[in-house]
Amino acid sequence: MSEAVLGAVRRKSDAARATARFGAITAIALAVFAAVLLVAGKNPLQAYADTFRHTLASAYGFSELLVRMTPLLLAAVAVALPARLGLINVGGEGQLFMGAFTATAGAFLFPNAPAWLLLPFVVCMGFLGGALWGAIPALLRAANLVNETVTTLLLNYVAPLIVGYFVFGPWRTAENSAYPQSARYPEAALLPSFFGTRVHAGLLIALAALALYWLLMERTRWGLAMRAVGGNPEAARRLGIAVPLWIVAALAIGGGFAGLAGMSEAMGIAGRLRQSLSPGYGFTGFLIAWLAGGRPLGILFMAFLFAIITSAGDTLQISQGLPYAVVNILLATILFVVLARRTK
Amino acid sequence: MPPSTVLVEMRGVSKRYGAVQANDGVDFRLQGGEVHALLGENGAGKSTLSKILYGFVRPDSGQILLGGEPVRLDSPRDARSHGVGMVFQSFMLISALSVLENIELFLTDLPAVPDDEAVGTRIREFGERFGLSIDPGAPVRQLSIGDQQKVEILKLLLANARILIFDEPTRVLAPHEIDGLFRVFAALKAEGYAILFITHKLAEVMRCADRITVMRKGRIAGSYDARDVDVARLVTMMFGEPAAHAPRQEAERLLQTDTAPAILELRGAASRATGNEIALRKLDLRVGSREIVGVAGVSGSGQKELGDLVLGLRRLTMGVKRFCGDDASAWSIARMRENGLAFIPEDPLGMAAVAGMSVRENLVLGTGRLYHRGTGLDWPRLQSTMEKSFRALAFPMPALQAPMATLSGGNLQRVVIAREMAHQPRLILALYPTRGLDVRSAASVRDLLRRACAAGSGVLLISEDLEELAEMADRLLVLFQGAIVGEFRRGAWTAEQVGLLMTGARASASV
Amino acid sequence: MTTTPLIISLLAGAILSGTSLLYATLGETLVQRSGIVNLGLEGVLLVGASVGFALAAASGNAWLGLGAAALAGAATNLLFGWLVVTRKANQLASGLVMMFFGFGVSALVGAPYIGAVIAGLPKWRPSWLADLDWVKATTLFNYDILTWLAVPVALAVWWALFRTRWGLGVRAVGENPAVAYASGRDPARFQYVVLLLGGLLGGLAGAQLSLSLTLTWAEYMTAGRGFIAIALVIFSKWHPLRAIAGALLFGGAEALELQLEARGSLISPFVLQMSPYLFTIAVLLAWGGARRLAAPASLGRTFYGST
Repeated sequence: MSEAVLGAVRRKSDAARATARFGAITAIALAVFAAVLLVAGKNPLQAYADTFRHTLASAYGFSELLVRMTPLLLAAVAVALPARLGLINVGGEGQLFMGAFTATAGAFLFPNAPAWLLLPFVVCMGFLGGALWGAIPALLRAANLVNETVTTLLLNYVAPLIVGYFVFGPWRTAENSAYPQSARYPEAALLPSFFGTRVHAGLLIALAALALYWLLMERTRWGLAMRAVGGNPEAARRLGIAVPLWIVAALAIGGGFAGLAGMSEAMGIAGRLRQSLSPGYGFTGFLIAWLAGGRPLGILFMAFLFAIITSAGDTLQISQGLPYAVVNILLATILFVVLARRTK
Repeated sequence: MPPSTVLVEMRGVSKRYGAVQANDGVDFRLQGGEVHALLGENGAGKSTLSKILYGFVRPDSGQILLGGEPVRLDSPRDARSHGVGMVFQSFMLISALSVLENIELFLTDLPAVPDDEAVGTRIREFGERFGLSIDPGAPVRQLSIGDQQKVEILKLLLANARILIFDEPTRVLAPHEIDGLFRVFAALKAEGYAILFITHKLAEVMRCADRITVMRKGRIAGSYDARDVDVARLVTMMFGEPAAHAPRQEAERLLQTDTAPAILELRGAASRATGNEIALRKLDLRVGSREIVGVAGVSGSGQKELGDLVLGLRRLTMGVKRFCGDDASAWSIARMRENGLAFIPEDPLGMAAVAGMSVRENLVLGTGRLYHRGTGLDWPRLQSTMEKSFRALAFPMPALQAPMATLSGGNLQRVVIAREMAHQPRLILALYPTRGLDVRSAASVRDLLRRACAAGSGVLLISEDLEELAEMADRLLVLFQGAIVGEFRRGAWTAEQVGLLMTGARASASV
Repeated sequence: MTTTPLIISLLAGAILSGTSLLYATLGETLVQRSGIVNLGLEGVLLVGASVGFALAAASGNAWLGLGAAALAGAATNLLFGWLVVTRKANQLASGLVMMFFGFGVSALVGAPYIGAVIAGLPKWRPSWLADLDWVKATTLFNYDILTWLAVPVALAVWWALFRTRWGLGVRAVGENPAVAYASGRDPARFQYVVLLLGGLLGGLAGAQLSLSLTLTWAEYMTAGRGFIAIALVIFSKWHPLRAIAGALLFGGAEALELQLEARGSLISPFVLQMSPYLFTIAVLLAWGGARRLAAPASLGRTFYGST
């Protein structure tokens, strides 16, 4: 009994310390970025104030944060899950594109199906596309042929080209549009959105994925086996755990989550398939998962923070006349400080 | 340099690691033009002494003279600059680079743009002179282990080493390669090099050494001219006086073991070796119910490989493995375990547990489908089974939620044992189960193996501790270079007999 | 007017788009030979392209831009080096951070110069070559210093890696830092030096894009070249001379795509664009997997010092 209490207290003080540490890191990063803005002849205080006003301080701004969080959450889980087995998945970006691609194929395959049938089907297709794209490097790794880091990275560049081929070619809309994109999805394939904002059902899927990730890892026997593989592959082998099987499963499931991110961006935001589906969500997801150390709440928090940072990019563009991409300096500075602090 | 110059003199060298006195006032002399064998059991202090000479370890006290001059050896670099070189058991080679490049890497006096031709010529010259011929352009990864060793030796010779330390150089070599190495020794000796040959294989010592020094428990047990000493004497010095054997078992028990049904049976089982492993050669082995079969051998004789073969981690290339009468040659580990195989290894955190997981999670690992319940696990049932197991073993049960890594070494071992013993295993594979344990823990592990055996299990006990084997084993097998070279019934052997077989001094025997 | 044969225009195009690829690949090859993966190469190229262009536009001197680009690339890599060598941070995460850093810095530096016009680096074509018929109508042999020096630089990198004591040290550090350390070398020092050189080359690769190829600055103008270069390093088996062929091949794929488009071919450019990546994976497989791979053995691992 007292042990549990002690544990809880210890956890609490750990959390407090982590929060303080993270506050310090953010403060350093904000200060460095302020200096950069000053050098560029901008007013950093104004920029920060604007960002705050446009994000946390307004209901619409907040809803936009949730919209941005959705793909980041899924992309982070896609990295975090295989990482529990010691697998490095830098292929979230490609898996995301494949998910959007297969989901689109699903939507166009049964354009007249009712929503209650088409929507789940499209979601499954999105998962499947990402899973397949994750399974390729996994099989090569499990067969001891090629390291998954290299192949997941390379496949990132193939998937958008497949999407490109279809949106420039077979799926290109007949509408009078100069912009290469697919036709709009049938209404039944679109993820419903809520409260008149752009927040859509993808957020629920993302939160469910995060919860599922936690449940799978911490509460099921499969999670136990996977964690054993990650913790000590030699022991896992000797205890009769089928290590290659779990490698394939984990990367496929991870890829599936990234595929859901692509599906939700296509079906929830764009309403059609475009090659400009993702501004690097897969890579950002890697950093989120890594910073959060794979912890679900950490992922939630980090995804939220990254959503704020990318929103700051919009603010910089609108009110300070700086390119959106400049905000990446802030992103990089935060990560830089975190990476430099760790020694392992 | 004329032969019989004293190149190395160590006086009163002592070194202590925590509670272990690794070297205790060691006096040692090494002469030019001699092959000097340093013999001893594991932990006798040979390694420490050679590391001190190579500058890896600094002695707590004592003096080292090289060529008559007192020196301080604070680093391997100091030692190398004094002409001391060492060939390690695991080679300091980069497999992707060529022979030439590996050697150049360790030559300190090369210009910025090395003349590869000139170095290559020197490699060939030295190679011919000492029987170390090797193609300088060959990539090291394509070389056999024996050829890789040649590269290591050439590296030292080209860097002008005169004192060459070989740490168990024959451990990884095939028999014909060993012959080659001894010819190299002879050639080096003839040119006045001093060779320190660390080993525990007596037959080899008798073949090549001029002088033999035996270490035991950190001290010099004796130092002889090779012509003045015989094998029996050396074995006694290495292993001490033959241990008093455990009380004889009653005759009926012995009788019983011979007729007991076989739990594990290997017939002509062989496996291939990759890298530094040992190939297993046509093993015949039988473990019956209520029987403890001990496997003795010096380290690296194929024990780990035998363990992996029994587990199912290593495939048989020939022969058959039977488990309780069924052909288990192709069974997965999971299937072996389901059928009642328990595995108690030396280092639980290396081979049998996951440090980052809780005690409870570690207890369920490797239990196969036993505790599956839906998508999760039947934790209450696991807990009650494990509590019973801990009670039966008289082990205290650690907090189930505690991370495995926070447990002490002894408790770690207990968790693994409790898990492995929880389901009345039919065969217990124990790989150095008492190594690293204190005396009491070791005694309790032996006791539980005996009790499990009395309850009907078979035990395959792999150990290097002859006293332990004398106490425990109903039958003793001796493993040497991947083959079984001797088989004895309880009490029908002496430490000397087995020592001769373990060290390859005698070909084979069985009683 | 005669149309130029496809093969000639292809070659010309391959050289033009291959030059920056080659510099980037050489830089990354050096870095990876010392055991470090720099996924931030894209960022290095962007920083080089933007800083080089900004300085060239501001001063009117492309040479100044070139020098600045190289130094900016080196500085970016040293920052990365501080993370992965001194702080021993995860190389992949650190590389991605440097990629984002490059996106941001280049956007900031380049912003005032969007739409600016520069003269670019001077080009030079030997007169006896210029008179040849099949050369006249193409860009063949009409190159600036970066293109002319690309192959000699590759040779120099090869020579330094495989013919000097220093290069032996670099390779030893990348293969087995513990053995390199035992041979009396400091792995960290080798890695810093190599990162510096790799950064210089990466900066030049970026500068080639803005100061020679497009003569403009556009955000994210590298368009994934940094990652293609990483694929090229693998494709060329970490060998500087094979990188020449690889850069020509990958550059050629890009040129072929433009040519086919111009000629109204039916082959999709996307198929061509993915060929480098699929090709690289196929090559990885053809080599029979991880063990026989020519990759530096300790690539991506952190060396925590001896003992």
